Amino acid sequence: MQSPIQLEISRRNLLISSAATIAVTGAATGEAVAQGARTSMQHMSKVSLSVNGESYNLDVDNRTTLLDALREHLHLTGTKKGCDHGQCGACTVIVDGRRINSCLTLAVMHDGDEVITIEGLGQPGALHPLQAAFVKHDGFQCGYCTPGQICSSVAVLEEIKANIPSHVTGDLTTQAAVTPAEIRERMSGNICRCGAYSNIIDAIVEVAGTKA
Amino acid sequence: MRAFTYERASSVEAAAKAAASNPEAKFIAGGTNLLDLMKLEIETPTHLIDINGLGLDKIETTADGGLRIGALVRNTDLAAHETVRRDYGLLSRALVAGASGQLRNRATTAGNLLQRTRCPYFYDTNQPCNKRQPGSGCSAIGGFSRQHAVVGTSDACIATHPSDMAIAMSALDAVVETAKSDGSRRSIPIADFHRLPGDTPHIETILESGEFITAVVLPPPFGGKHIYRKVRDRASYAFAIVSIGAVIQQDGTGRVAVGGVAHKPWRIEAADTELPKGARVTASALLADARPTEQNRFKIDLVERALGAVIAEARD
Repeated sequence: MQSPIQLEISRRNLLISSAATIAVTGAATGEAVAQGARTSMQHMSKVSLSVNGESYNLDVDNRTTLLDALREHLHLTGTKKGCDHGQCGACTVIVDGRRINSCLTLAVMHDGDEVITIEGLGQPGALHPLQAAFVKHDGFQCGYCTPGQICSSVAVLEEIKANIPSHVTGDLTTQAAVTPAEIRERMSGNICRCGAYSNIIDAIVEVAGTKA
Repeated sequence: MRAFTYERASSVEAAAKAAASNPEAKFIAGGTNLLDLMKLEIETPTHLIDINGLGLDKIETTADGGLRIGALVRNTDLAAHETVRRDYGLLSRALVAGASGQLRNRATTAGNLLQRTRCPYFYDTNQPCNKRQPGSGCSAIGGFSRQHAVVGTSDACIATHPSDMAIAMSALDAVVETAKSDGSRRSIPIADFHRLPGDTPHIETILESGEFITAVVLPPPFGGKHIYRKVRDRASYAFAIVSIGAVIQQDGTGRVAVGGVAHKPWRIEAADTELPKGARVTASALLADARPTEQNRFKIDLVERALGAVIAEARD
């Protein structure tokens, strides 16, 4: 496995990566028992994709979701696994300009695609305007849903600009408006169990340049 | 998730042949429903045929002024298409009433028609379910059945079809175009496409082994007011308790399909002719053969009231 990302070995990272290794090893052992000799190269595929502007060539078990490829293969752990069933939105990333649930798509289905994760939107010292707005408006409590909320909100503003309608759009034949009601409806695929919704809306509304 | 082999299909014909030659193979397009079910091992294909690269993602005007929607057109793109918004507003409205923005970006036109029920007993692999495991019994009958079907049910299954898009397609008399593994093609009216549960609730459509949906075709526009009214437990991102898809003309005539009440989009053409007489008469015609449970009997009234609201909205 190619791993071009150099992890800074802090105590915290070391603990995290150990835990991940144990989890991965555990799963692999269980799978080997279950599949026996049938687990072979035919259940693996090669996939080339771009993540945050970097190109990667991966050999993945066909079952690997895009989410697991990002987290376990590329160690981009900003993207979170919440429900793993497309219900919570914590795994939201932007693929070829569109936000999707990375847990409900296979890595092998993204050959040649361009993926943007929370790490690609901005970094400490050079935050994306929406990242800065979430900090300013306290748009989170525990923070687990936040990467998904931010990736989703970046795409939501683009979707409104591209005149994609939503359930609350009044007239289908006119340009969709940037309103708090539109933003709320479009963000409904991102759940926040801490209930930071009002601050999340404030953050997005500020970046959208509209009045709450 | 069980292990599987994977291929990217090179053509519709090759995909249909590959699927027909292996009963344990499945097509994957958006994958938003299939992968969810594979994680739970409710779906256990041993081979996946990825059909995303086949270029079936175009929306074209047909010779008679209708619209041919490629099987792989994403729900977002279909809802946002200029012609759909102008001439088939019902379809656009139904699409954006369903799922979340993230899911609509992946979900396809064909996949939406083929999505499986969200009956909680179908999802709970510890419970009997005739749809998941034929012959094991139905846990919803006698169980928690508030969300379930009230009409067209059987003693084997009372699950509903979850799609919003399919309700619009049903009211609009869409036709599903397919390619079979022997190279032949057929056009299936949407009314015939989905099956009622009967004794075989695990067989949900009339598609044959390997048969591949290539497009969904809409007839020329009907005019009128296009309304999709969805009643659900949350304001957004929830499946319908009931939904009404309707096109209503100025003189009160029109066409109507109902969601959340049956194993397929529920359309009774005889009920269309009752529309000018109002919601009560039309709802009675739609649900004449209803067999609700104690827990979902409320859906009978809810259909009438939601339809009443739709008819009132059309008059505005």
